[in-house]
Amino acid sequence: MLKLSRYVLYDILRNKIVIAYTLFLLLVSFSMFRMEDNSSKAQLSLLTIVLIVLPLVSLVFTTIHYYNSYEFIELMLSQPLSRTKILLSEYAGVCLSLLSAFWIGVGVPVLLFSADATGFALLFTGSALTIVFTSIAFYTSVRSKDKARGIGFALLLWFYFALIYDGLVLLTLYAFSDYPMEKFTLLLSALNPIDLGRIFIMLKMDISVLMGYTGALYKDFFGSGTGVLFTTGIMLLWALIPLWLALRSFRRKDM
Amino acid sequence: MKLFLTFFLCSLTQLATARTLLVGPAESIRSLQKAFALAADGDTIRLRQGIYKEGTLQLTKSITLLGENYPVLEGEKKFEILHISGKNITIRGIHFRNSGYSAMNDFASIKLVDGSHITLDQNIVSNAYFAIHVSNCTYVHIRNNRITGIPASEQMTGNGIHLWKSSHATIENNVIKGHRDGIYFEFVTSSFIRNNHSENNIRYGLHFMFSNDDSYMQNRFINNGAGVAVMYSKRVRMEKNHFEENWGASAYGILLKDITDSHILQNVFMKNTVGIFMEGSSRMEITRNRFLNNGWAMKIQASCDDNLFHYNNFTGNSFDVGTNGTMVLNRFENNYWDKYDGYDMNKDGIGDVPYHPVSMYSVIVEQNPTTLILFRSFMVSLLDRAEKAIPSLTPEHLIDNKPMMKMLRL
Repeated sequence: MLKLSRYVLYDILRNKIVIAYTLFLLLVSFSMFRMEDNSSKAQLSLLTIVLIVLPLVSLVFTTIHYYNSYEFIELMLSQPLSRTKILLSEYAGVCLSLLSAFWIGVGVPVLLFSADATGFALLFTGSALTIVFTSIAFYTSVRSKDKARGIGFALLLWFYFALIYDGLVLLTLYAFSDYPMEKFTLLLSALNPIDLGRIFIMLKMDISVLMGYTGALYKDFFGSGTGVLFTTGIMLLWALIPLWLALRSFRRKDM
Repeated sequence: MKLFLTFFLCSLTQLATARTLLVGPAESIRSLQKAFALAADGDTIRLRQGIYKEGTLQLTKSITLLGENYPVLEGEKKFEILHISGKNITIRGIHFRNSGYSAMNDFASIKLVDGSHITLDQNIVSNAYFAIHVSNCTYVHIRNNRITGIPASEQMTGNGIHLWKSSHATIENNVIKGHRDGIYFEFVTSSFIRNNHSENNIRYGLHFMFSNDDSYMQNRFINNGAGVAVMYSKRVRMEKNHFEENWGASAYGILLKDITDSHILQNVFMKNTVGIFMEGSSRMEITRNRFLNNGWAMKIQASCDDNLFHYNNFTGNSFDVGTNGTMVLNRFENNYWDKYDGYDMNKDGIGDVPYHPVSMYSVIVEQNPTTLILFRSFMVSLLDRAEKAIPSLTPEHLIDNKPMMKMLRL
């Protein structure tokens, strides 16, 4: 399995997209820290990168990579190897390359310029989101054989998680504004990994505003030990469940 | 010179008659009560180190009471320790401990009633209900005292330094921790509060009502339950104070309610849920303050009018300004806002397009606080952008027409 993962990694490195992605992240992060006069503003811009760009790149790159290495996977299937192992090594290869791109591209500048609680929250969220969206992309691409449909679906998912979901939450909160919605919003936030990551960072970045109003409730919940466990646990579920579903459908699939 | 000479001669005559009484476990006078009875106006009492349990002491003579190595006056959790009324009295270097609690009377470690020219200097007050309680006094000086309480509930704890119906008081260099209100002013006029440190009090760091013509400067108010409240007063100067980490649903750096003709200058507001909350205030000048990393730098209710906000720095605040209406009768000019993204074509350091300090999302959060959970999401920033292009929800007249391009040096 390790050997297979290594081949996948070599393959990914050879097509240079991940290297370009790393350089892009590095350039953006460095220029943000250099340009803004205080590092909290740069962190704010990085937040957008982590919440928007990272999931998008993870989804699209994983999907395209899967379809492009379809023949390689087919070849491997003809070998005496278990299907689980093949897919897991593919997953490990893609995930590791994207993660290292993130750690080099964003992690290094953050550690250099603002190694505080907010910085570490950014790194945690970024890593978690990369893993989660790679899993999700694996599931969608295993499910559909058609390449265009697979990529289209991945984009749609990104659109949903990054934008539409928040709009729906806002509408819901407005529609039921006469009711106590605080606990319910906690549940809603668990249903979107991007939201969960955002709240996790916000706890470090906007602690003052979160202490007012109902914000104190969010702070008490997410800021406590159970809250951190909750966030990590839900993120883990978001990574494991799609991966497990992908494995299940890959095992049963007629290639 | 003439004045000085008169003063000098007066003190000489006093010296000639004044005696010094020594009180201590090893002295001929063993109790302070006896010393008070023996002393005449102008005398000095030196209190040796020791623990004195004498119930409530009454002091009405013009004497100076000096403690050596902080003798302890013990209240045994039953008594008010020292009750002073009179004039020209100085109390220095004494530790007041464990004064009593009463729901009926405002028991205090040191109570000043109907006095003038009284100085409390370098005392320690610990574990008190009210620490220093002043009523109907003039020219009271409370300096260099260390006051620490054990915060219980709001009902079970009194104020650190409490002044009622007094004038010309000076409260300087005190440290007050763990009381209900750190410093409390009601009907106190022409007074100074300077260089005090008020921290971890359960309600307000400074509570200020119906007190005109006062000023407070260079104080630090940190992590108090509800910050600082200044209410129903006129002509108050607030200068060079620090307001930090006042966190909570109703905690403010300063809460201003019905304040008129006052000045807020060169203060620092850092990491408060709300830096300044203003209600029913008018003709105020807010200038050269720094607002750093607050939830809301300012919340200005629509009931405020004719206030001028200029030359302030706003950096790293989650929201710059929040308001509850669309009516705007205040002016914003020449402030630096770190969220400003306009341009400066003629290079005069002033932005060419106005800045809207009220973001759309702060209006939404004001209407529906639960939506705070969506703050910093992509969709919210899109909404904010759209609102900036075509204002619909935000008050369109609440603008800074001359936003500064660079941070002001304050």
